[in-house]
Amino acid sequence: MAAEHLKCKECGAQYALEALYVCERCFGPLEVVYGRPSPADVGEVRRRIQGGPQNIWRYADFLPLAGGPPGPANRRASRTGLPAGCTPLIRADRLARRLGLGEVWVKNDAANPTHSFKDRVVSVAAARARELGYEVLACASTGNLANAVAAQAAALGMESYVFIPADLEEQKVLATGVYGPRLIAVRGSYDEVNRLCTELSGDREWAFVNINLRPYYAEGSKTLSFEIAEQLGWELPDRCVVPVASGSLFTKVAQGFEEWLDLGLVGGQIPRMNGAQAQGCAPIASAFADGQSICRPVRPQTIAKSLAIGDPADGPYALDVARATGGGVDAVSDEEIRAGIALLAETTGIFTETAGGVTAAVLAKLAERGDIGESERVVLFITGDGLKTLDAVRGTFTTTEIEPQAAAFDAAVGAPVGV
Amino acid sequence: MAVTVKIPTQLRAAADGAAEAEVEGETVGEVLDDLFERFEELRERISQDGGELRRFVNVYVGGEDIRFLDGLDTPVADGAEVTILPAVAGG
Repeated sequence: MAAEHLKCKECGAQYALEALYVCERCFGPLEVVYGRPSPADVGEVRRRIQGGPQNIWRYADFLPLAGGPPGPANRRASRTGLPAGCTPLIRADRLARRLGLGEVWVKNDAANPTHSFKDRVVSVAAARARELGYEVLACASTGNLANAVAAQAAALGMESYVFIPADLEEQKVLATGVYGPRLIAVRGSYDEVNRLCTELSGDREWAFVNINLRPYYAEGSKTLSFEIAEQLGWELPDRCVVPVASGSLFTKVAQGFEEWLDLGLVGGQIPRMNGAQAQGCAPIASAFADGQSICRPVRPQTIAKSLAIGDPADGPYALDVARATGGGVDAVSDEEIRAGIALLAETTGIFTETAGGVTAAVLAKLAERGDIGESERVVLFITGDGLKTLDAVRGTFTTTEIEPQAAAFDAAVGAPVGV
Repeated sequence: MAVTVKIPTQLRAAADGAAEAEVEGETVGEVLDDLFERFEELRERISQDGGELRRFVNVYVGGEDIRFLDGLDTPVADGAEVTILPAVAGG
């Protein structure tokens, strides 16, 4: 399945596979179109996946690289750069019981090289940027992307420019700066950083992964769906709960499932797609609730900074996906987000960042509302690590401090039974 | 009243290659109309039939998204900068 061209999602105009992201005719977004393999090839595609490396390049048939996976010619050895993917899918029975659900799985994508799903999209964008001859990687980031771009550039020996809002969590700033990028803190919101970078990208010969390389970048998110299907034994879940910021991850996860259904690699039907936003930045959840097909931009105010995109580029498509699959888009408060982080940590041993608190809290909300059937197999998407947003859990538990004496310990927690 | 409109790379072919244009107008709508007078091809690229902007077009006055202001009725001061950008970036 080779990538054939870029196509406008709005008017269908076609473009060559270059660093383009906007249709010149109608300003719609461009996406990658692949040649369709014949059904007879399905077995061969499956064998290629199973024989592929333990990272996203095992799905190279569904990714937009002209030369196949990067690295040595042998696809089994595609381990150059900073490969992402093949993260754990964990059956979370204790979480399911707590919420009164039948079957819940957690896709822990914090287990990527820079601890978020952004390593997937950046791997694809960086590989394509190199094919197109770029020497500089750049991005507008809410934090996780900053980590991923700086690290991937370091691994590939590329220069990088990383633009972040100046008020970003310190952990995310430190975990970016360490890789040696040119780090630009912009006094403004993410949407302002994004506007600035969109403007800059027109006049600089840089690969802005989420701007001029966005059609390729976005494709990387499909590998989450492929992995989940493969990890479930070539079956699809019934429902996915996914964090939503720009809407790109959400729509591409659905597209990944669709591509495998169309090809016959899996059977059944597309999972219900539930999007998760924070109430302090819920343009897509609001549009869903109001029955709108476009989103009104908002000024974000939430502890879930990695989801704080007030002007979501893929908002209309995320709404289409939620409605077409019988899912939805819900929003939760900062209090519910903190409770979501604690719920996941206490029942699964997974410590997630605020975005994961958002998805866990939305899962709890759906369960409480009775939206999830007893026999449903649900996958909760955890896309980032709790160590990135430590402030969110500060002060949520107590520590017992004692003198280094047994008597002090007994006094604090109670003497041993029978003494 | 002279206003500077910054034209994104993707639209410059339809604007004789210009990266910006000096136009007249007291609101965003008037500024864009004057721009379309000069470069007729731009009209259909970023506007819909009813005159509203297409859904993936963002317009800023002095860096502020006009959807937070009064949309096409947003006043534009003499010497202000109006920026047109694609809305499909980021995330």
